[in-house]
Amino acid sequence: MNAWLPLMVLASSLVPGMIIFMLPEKAVALRTTLNLGGAVLKIVLLVLMMIGVFHGVEYEFRLPLVPGLDFVLHADALSLMFVNLSAVLWLATTVYAIGYLEGSPHRSRFFGYFSLCVTATVGLAMAGNLLTFLVFYEALTLTTYPLVVHRGTEAARKAGRSYLAHTLFGGVLLLAGTVWLYSLTGTLEFVDRGFIAGRGIDPDVLRMIFAVLILGVGVKAAILPLHGWLPQAMVAPAPVSALLHAVAVVKAGAFGIVRIVFDVFGVEFAASLGVTLPLAILAAVTIIYASTRALFQDDLKRRLAFSTVSQVSYITLGVAIAGPIATIGGLVHLVHQGFMKITLFFCAGNFAETLGVHKVSEMRGIGRRMPWTMGAFTLAAFGMIGAPPMVGFISKWYLGLGALEVGQDWAVLVLAGSSLLNAAYFLPILRTAWFDPPPESWPEERSFGRKETAWALLIPPVMTVAATLSWGLFASMPGTPLDWVQFIAARKYAP
Amino acid sequence: MNGLTVFALTGVGLLVIGLWALVLRAHLIRKVLALNVMGSGVFLVLVGAGAAPDPVPQAMVITGIVVTVSATALALALVLRIDTATGKPTLPEDRERDLMDEHWQ
Amino acid sequence: MTDWLAEAPWMLLAIALPLLGALLAFLRPHRAAMIGLIGAFMSAGAALAVLLQVVFGGPRQYEVGGWGAPLGINLWADGLSAMMLAMTAVVGTAVSIYARVYLADSPNKVRRFWPLWLFTWAALNALFQAADVFNLYVTLELLGLSAVALVALTGTGPALWGAMRYLLVSLLGSLAYLVGVVLLYHLHGTLDLTLLGERADGGLALAIPLGAMIAGLLLKIGLFPFHVWLPPAHGSARAPVSAVLSGLVVKGAFYLLLRLWFTFSPEGEGLPILLGSLGAFAVFWGSIQALRQERLKLLVAYSTVAQLGYLFIAFPLAGMDPALAWGGSIYLAVSHALAKGAMFLAAGSIMMQGGHDEIAELDRVVDRMPLSLAAFALAGISLAGLPPSGGFVGKWMLLQSAMAQGLWPWALVMIVGGVLTASYVFRVLGFAFTRSPHAHESHNVPHTMEWTALLLALGAVLLGFVAPWALPLLDGVLP
Repeated sequence: MNAWLPLMVLASSLVPGMIIFMLPEKAVALRTTLNLGGAVLKIVLLVLMMIGVFHGVEYEFRLPLVPGLDFVLHADALSLMFVNLSAVLWLATTVYAIGYLEGSPHRSRFFGYFSLCVTATVGLAMAGNLLTFLVFYEALTLTTYPLVVHRGTEAARKAGRSYLAHTLFGGVLLLAGTVWLYSLTGTLEFVDRGFIAGRGIDPDVLRMIFAVLILGVGVKAAILPLHGWLPQAMVAPAPVSALLHAVAVVKAGAFGIVRIVFDVFGVEFAASLGVTLPLAILAAVTIIYASTRALFQDDLKRRLAFSTVSQVSYITLGVAIAGPIATIGGLVHLVHQGFMKITLFFCAGNFAETLGVHKVSEMRGIGRRMPWTMGAFTLAAFGMIGAPPMVGFISKWYLGLGALEVGQDWAVLVLAGSSLLNAAYFLPILRTAWFDPPPESWPEERSFGRKETAWALLIPPVMTVAATLSWGLFASMPGTPLDWVQFIAARKYAP
Repeated sequence: MNGLTVFALTGVGLLVIGLWALVLRAHLIRKVLALNVMGSGVFLVLVGAGAAPDPVPQAMVITGIVVTVSATALALALVLRIDTATGKPTLPEDRERDLMDEHWQ
Repeated sequence: MTDWLAEAPWMLLAIALPLLGALLAFLRPHRAAMIGLIGAFMSAGAALAVLLQVVFGGPRQYEVGGWGAPLGINLWADGLSAMMLAMTAVVGTAVSIYARVYLADSPNKVRRFWPLWLFTWAALNALFQAADVFNLYVTLELLGLSAVALVALTGTGPALWGAMRYLLVSLLGSLAYLVGVVLLYHLHGTLDLTLLGERADGGLALAIPLGAMIAGLLLKIGLFPFHVWLPPAHGSARAPVSAVLSGLVVKGAFYLLLRLWFTFSPEGEGLPILLGSLGAFAVFWGSIQALRQERLKLLVAYSTVAQLGYLFIAFPLAGMDPALAWGGSIYLAVSHALAKGAMFLAAGSIMMQGGHDEIAELDRVVDRMPLSLAAFALAGISLAGLPPSGGFVGKWMLLQSAMAQGLWPWALVMIVGGVLTASYVFRVLGFAFTRSPHAHESHNVPHTMEWTALLLALGAVLLGFVAPWALPLLDGVLP
């Protein structure tokens, strides 16, 4: 059982995905069953795994892949956090996508790739060494590409090309760094506090390897200047944007940074090499720059895209500040940002699907017409700004405190500035949505009877934002992401 | 000079001549002939460079001749086909130039 | 019963069965397809039997007709031969099943294709099991002749020109190789590979003949700058023929090159670096040309030019850990055979469906032919060296070898090459997802064709997982 559970977690989305590819378009009921069944099964398996880990069971699946290196799936606390995030949000996005794509062509293909995408994300989360991580990192690129070009327009093709150019470039950097590192250390297994220190390798070489590896994963994490693909990928359908931005691609990049800093180099060793400070500065610049760019976007999804670029760098900042409390802030933001951002994208999709509204300037009075959706949007926006009691406040609090703890006071200024910018590009939306009179008619209205929109489109954002609200209100209770992250962070530092 | 060495040197000479014609001639039949000449050159070297009569090279040459005959047959059939299908027994890039034959149009 | 099966002369049968099949198919043109297909299955079976014999019993030798060397023919099968035989069996079976359906409408082509194809297969199996340099010449020549005839089968002007060019280059290459054989015999007194390896000491007595042989083989492999004949020939042949040419025929000459290299172990750094550099040029030139192509089959053909370059990068890397570098190169060769075969078969299906193979006009072919496109994508993944695939394993091993010796330029070549490969593969995929403003014809494509391509591509991916079991076959073969 110990070796098979990780594989079964992978299979719970891989197998339904393969079957869905074969289904004819009309087989809606079967497809829906497979989709939701797989998502629920995955969560059940993960609960089993968490119980096991809690009792000290080790879950590992090992297969020799190349001479001297294995393909390893391993469930440790950090991977479980990311896997759970992916699984829960996959369920939410599946429900949403079923509603969103109602009546659209090529749904079998879409959901097939969708499932493959999640398989790749889950595999990446459970990767036990850098080689396995690389395998799933590239698999993620390959499985998300068809989703980006799904609509079949020339714009989609170009966006796909840009996406590929960026992510493949990141992939080769990651490959080069991995092989280079392997030639020096002879191992790639993730270890708490890293496996590089104490081998007598030239520090300059290590710094170069660090740069190469971080740039490699940084493409997906949308660090400046490698973020260009993200706003362009907004041409994809809303469920894709939601998945890409909250769960799969962007978080995979951030997760990669976490793994490299903590489990390859070791955070204290990395700090001693002097590589964490440049990374922190790069993250800070990204945060401010992207927030500023967000101010000038009228297209709602593009504004949210730049907001994502900015917010994911909070995670990088938390990691790079290299202190235990900042680590907690960065890691927990991985979860919090995921939920908040997916809410925002769900809402944006709702506005587009129900009323044909794509731009901020078209959102006047939308709160009256779609109160629940706008309500979820509002709460999530407050979370982004960092206002209590939303959970975004918790992340920023820990980040700020962590920065002060290690004497990086400038980071607090960055956080404060970014909060102001967030307010600047979110508050006007809220104001116009709630307080301006609605227009005569909406660009393209679809009626859902007395509901504001379809159930499948409404329930996911409400649930995800409710989660963030409850975690914010009951932050100190066990079982929240914060609790889990505190457990993880403690093990990354020498006692 | 040893009679056999003469054979060997002639063989080398044939190789060179054949290679020259293969590269510079445009008409495909000339190219095929060139390859045959080169083949004969190799066989001459094979038999001529040894000291005593040796059955192994002789067996090799016989096999080689058989192979060359088959290859030539295929080549000629192909040339014929090209001539029928495209009107000229040359490859397209050679049509304008035969570096040795000024009378070619 | 099992003893008899285990001791049957599979090595000989692997050559004789396709040969007989070819003859029968030629004599009975109306049944050519069925005879051809049965012959194919039996040949594949014999080849796999040889593989099993080698896996369980070690390398083995067989004297044809009981007459030994030097006048008789000796067959030799070790791990490398067995691997090549198996590769040919897998690709050959897929191509045969595909061709049966693909050519169903052209009885004229059918009665010519099967004898020639089985003859090619026989030549390949003989090549992989030949034990002396002259037999290698004969099999090499036979392989070239039948391959040329297969190219000419298409019948159009460009195909005939491509076939003629290929023939001329092939014969020139064989002659160069033969010159080397002649010199080796007269200098060292034997044709047997093992004995030559022991007697040859190096210096000019080895350098000149080996140089001639290598030059000839480079012509036949199509390594830059001797690649000019390859795109026209592979690009204008029928899909199953292209799959055989790119997947198998060029590997025959490469196998021969490796055998010579392993037997003689030439010293000195100049030649390996030269070969590696030519390989690097091939990678860049082929990939850039592939990016510029407007027709799918030509893109795939130029991709072969590039991929062959990768194989040569092992030469300068084999200094420190030969097993790692050569293992990577051989694994790349085998993966390429499956992947490129799949790619050509898929391209053939796509071409049959739309009546054309213009890349920019693919018009969401992913909707009409998802299986073929999946085959193309998976094959492309292996060619680009993306995980998980056989191509990734081979590339990883070569990269590891390069990094461990600090030879950055070769690592860089492979990495940039991988990016370029991914670029042209995804260029095709991008257009395959995009609508085109023009209308196109629409023909039905039999499912068999799509499935064979897909299964072959899955094979290339599967190779990414079996390396730890496949690579030990090469123990004892590599220097």
